[in-house]
Amino acid sequence: MIPAEFKYLFPSSVDEAVRMLAEEGEDAKIIAGGQSLVPVLRMRLAAPTALIDIGGLTELTGVRDDGDSLLIGAMTTHYEVQRDHLIQDHALLLRLVTDTVADPQVRHRGTFGGSLCHADPAGDLLAPALALDAVMIIAGPGGRREVPAAEFFVDYFETALRPDEILIDVRVPKYTGWGAHYEKLNRVAQAWSIVAVAAAVQVSGGKIAAARVGLTNVGSGPVRAADVESALIGQPASAEAISAAALKASSGDGYKDNLARVLTDRALMAAVAG
Amino acid sequence: MTATAEPEVGKARLRKEDARLITGQTKWTDNIQLTGMLHMAVLRSPVAHARIRDIDCSRATTMPGVAVVLTGEDFAAEQGSLPCAWPITEDMKAPPAPALAVDQVNFAGEAVALVIADSAYRAADALAAIDVDYDELPVVLDLEEALRDNDLVHPDLGTNKSATWIYDSAEAGSGTNVEDEIASAEVVIERTFRQQRLIPAFMEPRSVVVDPSADMFTIWSATQIPHILRWMLAAVTGIAEHKIRVIAPDVGGGFGGKLQVTPEELLCLLVARRMGRPVKWTETRTESMLSAHHGRDQIQKVTLSARRDGTVTGLKVELLADMGAYLRLVTPGIPILGAFMFNAIYKFAAYRFVCTNVFTNKVPTDAYRGAGRPEATFAIERMMDELAVELGMDPMKIREMNWIKHEEFPFNTVAGLTYDSGNYEAATARAMELFDYESMREEQQRRRSSGDPVQLGIGISTYTEMCGLAPSRVLGALRYAAGGWETASIRMLPTGKVEVITGTSPHGQGHETVWSQIVADRLGVPFEDVEVLHGDTASSHKGMDSYGSRSLAVGGTALVHAADKVLAKARTLAAHMMECDEADVEFASGSFSVRGTSTVRTLGDVVLAAHVAHDLPEGMEPGMDADATFDPDNFSFPHGTHLCAAEVDTQTGMVKIRLYVAVDDVGTVVNPLIVDGQVHGGLAQGIAQALFEEAVHDEMGTLTTATLADYLVPSAADLPGFITARTSTPATSNPLGAKGVGEAGTIASTPAVVNAVLDAVRHMGVRDIEMPCSPERVWNALQGRAADASAPAAGGLGSIDAQGGQS
Repeated sequence: MIPAEFKYLFPSSVDEAVRMLAEEGEDAKIIAGGQSLVPVLRMRLAAPTALIDIGGLTELTGVRDDGDSLLIGAMTTHYEVQRDHLIQDHALLLRLVTDTVADPQVRHRGTFGGSLCHADPAGDLLAPALALDAVMIIAGPGGRREVPAAEFFVDYFETALRPDEILIDVRVPKYTGWGAHYEKLNRVAQAWSIVAVAAAVQVSGGKIAAARVGLTNVGSGPVRAADVESALIGQPASAEAISAAALKASSGDGYKDNLARVLTDRALMAAVAG
Repeated sequence: MTATAEPEVGKARLRKEDARLITGQTKWTDNIQLTGMLHMAVLRSPVAHARIRDIDCSRATTMPGVAVVLTGEDFAAEQGSLPCAWPITEDMKAPPAPALAVDQVNFAGEAVALVIADSAYRAADALAAIDVDYDELPVVLDLEEALRDNDLVHPDLGTNKSATWIYDSAEAGSGTNVEDEIASAEVVIERTFRQQRLIPAFMEPRSVVVDPSADMFTIWSATQIPHILRWMLAAVTGIAEHKIRVIAPDVGGGFGGKLQVTPEELLCLLVARRMGRPVKWTETRTESMLSAHHGRDQIQKVTLSARRDGTVTGLKVELLADMGAYLRLVTPGIPILGAFMFNAIYKFAAYRFVCTNVFTNKVPTDAYRGAGRPEATFAIERMMDELAVELGMDPMKIREMNWIKHEEFPFNTVAGLTYDSGNYEAATARAMELFDYESMREEQQRRRSSGDPVQLGIGISTYTEMCGLAPSRVLGALRYAAGGWETASIRMLPTGKVEVITGTSPHGQGHETVWSQIVADRLGVPFEDVEVLHGDTASSHKGMDSYGSRSLAVGGTALVHAADKVLAKARTLAAHMMECDEADVEFASGSFSVRGTSTVRTLGDVVLAAHVAHDLPEGMEPGMDADATFDPDNFSFPHGTHLCAAEVDTQTGMVKIRLYVAVDDVGTVVNPLIVDGQVHGGLAQGIAQALFEEAVHDEMGTLTTATLADYLVPSAADLPGFITARTSTPATSNPLGAKGVGEAGTIASTPAVVNAVLDAVRHMGVRDIEMPCSPERVWNALQGRAADASAPAAGGLGSIDAQGGQS
């Protein structure tokens, strides 16, 4: 289908993009990789008056080492995340999750920051961002501010990003040496997951020293399985201990509750093995 | 048969049409640009059932680039009713089917207004400026509820029932009385199956261009049926048929979904006539899903009687078939095509089939790959498994003891057909060997004993189907409005090259390659020297087009006959040229010779001689062309044995196909590569019905699976590698021995997969799972919970727009 008419702007710096956003008002929209926004436009589910294309802002691409954490540029494509050595070494979970995002074409166009800002609760990158305590670095008219993932994801397709702000970087603490796994159940390869579980585990001396577990598509946003995480600390990295902890992923008796428990179990087992 | 050194028939030729199709070098309908061309956009009803109180076009009319905005009232006097060519009974009820709704809409997606503008973009923009005031009516969606006639789709008809069609073996003299068999049976099994609604989802969306210039209407359309379309458009509009030329250029798939005379084809023609300018319409994917006809959608109540030893005796089928809101081209006949296939390969003594066609406020249904036969095959193959379970017998054994033995052909069936050939034993033996049936059963037992969370199931489908549509006299007996013959012409060009004109209309099948192979063998010319022309009523003036796996068995036979006519004439001329008796002329590898001499004339020499016509035998016309039309005496009956091993994750409900073996007997194979491709694609679509695809409506009648994010068409990533093999018992109804292969995979695979899923979990107390066997449905069944009809959304684009079939 054909999108409604819009004005197209192509800023050459973050500051210019922020200025454009302020000038164009609330009905303007940032377009990153366009893999979620373009379908929405084409189906006329949204009709922004202006699109500000930040695809030219190379300063927003790539992964940098920032001491205890990584800084991932918001415009880094999924393809780049998949192949980045810093991600591989210090945030393996992100790579494993990104491997499952859509298909190769989408992964070449779609961006890490764009996925987070779209805030589809079925989107794969929200749960690991939450579980890994990522922090969103946001530029706006008043300068820069930082928002932790736990506060960033507000509701279905809604984030703490204000209409005049742009996500520029994502800070992810280093999880060097942690095992990780993303267990995703989707009906066909290109479908969103019914439920998926992102897990990272630090094992030391046969015991679980720390764990991070995030659930995809079980609520209006990503869900942190905090009870599972705390139940695992100090436990042996065994099937029994993991299965017992995984039961805390959800208490309901619905299909998705069941999946949350089963997939958490499987994700943790694979993370420990890996 | 004469032949070149290496026979072309049987050779796995790469398809000659593929380079242009795959690289996008070809011309699709939407690529056509004409000077002064206008663009049509269609406003579609968002509601499923309503009276149209008012349509306000005033704002849209003033939008930039808009030439005119038209409503049903503008066309009421000239649009007539879209054709239904298959009135299955004398008293069938059929509502008027306007292309553009006039005062009432009967399904969500029905066309209510048109914007004609100077670009597709401006036409789309103006749609939003049309205000329609709907007075909503009660929505009829459920088939059984519809039968109660509490709310009516078409109040003027007084009922939602369109027709009831009956076949009874006792009445037809093809068998005994089914009620007697059931009453005296040792075992009676009754089951109800739901054939969910499917969407054909061809790759190329529909597109139409109409050029009214040059005292002629030239219509390009992404259609399967250019010839039928021309005939029907002439009939509906009153435009003289010889003033309409229909061209189906390269067409990107159809699966029956383009076997239609669509509202948009008619509307483009009417708009072009009104405006005196070319008009184009190309649909979006969502538009396609909301308005192009759907497939399947039946409730099947099946009763099977048998003896304790496993011998089947009677089969009673009571169908409710959802027509949707209107009867399109062959809508009412689709379930009737299944009537002849429920008995399948088994020797039932008695058979009764009763089909009730029902109107609902949904998109009309019509042909979709297999068209009636997949539904029938599903039901009987599920029932054979149910009988095996009831009697504690191996499901293959019970099939074997009931099927027609190879020495019993030709066999007159209880449904009144004559199966000409087949060998179910051979196909089954090959499939069991490739599948390693016994060790698969052993593994299944091991997993059951150990309580493995992943259980293994084995599904069988020993199917047959009827292809080669169709003997014209049979179609006549079934009240179908057209014949089933096919035609071919061969034009021998003076340089020895060959033009073939076929009345079939390929839309992805590979006819250009296969027709070239047939002609190359028959005439001894190189494969590359044959050009196949199709899909243009100006070059192929008659034809019945492509559907129902008919093209090779019927159209290929016409081609063989045309080639034989060329050869017969060439032989006469060759004898004249070589000054010998015609009886002494031999033909091999493209050359005529005189028996026992070295005198030779190539076919090219003879063709040139015929063309220049300097010295022809007395009374012979110049030229070396021939036409032939073939009307088959019988259908052809492909068959085969498909075996599926499915792993069911009992913790998540996820089904994974581990092994799929398809042994098909499609008769003589012209091109094994193309046959494999047809089988692979067919399997994908059949498996899709078993596991993935479903058109879902909400309680208001809105299609919630109107994007490919919600309607789950599987890709290669979702399907296993297929093991395909063939046995061959040639068809006796045509000289090629070909049976047809376009639909076999789809027909066979759905029950094989569902039988496998059930076989995996039956010991855990599961009796049935509705299609598609989604993880949630499988899991619910394992919990002993009723299937949850409402499929929750899974986010993404799908969850913004609608709640589809994601989980």
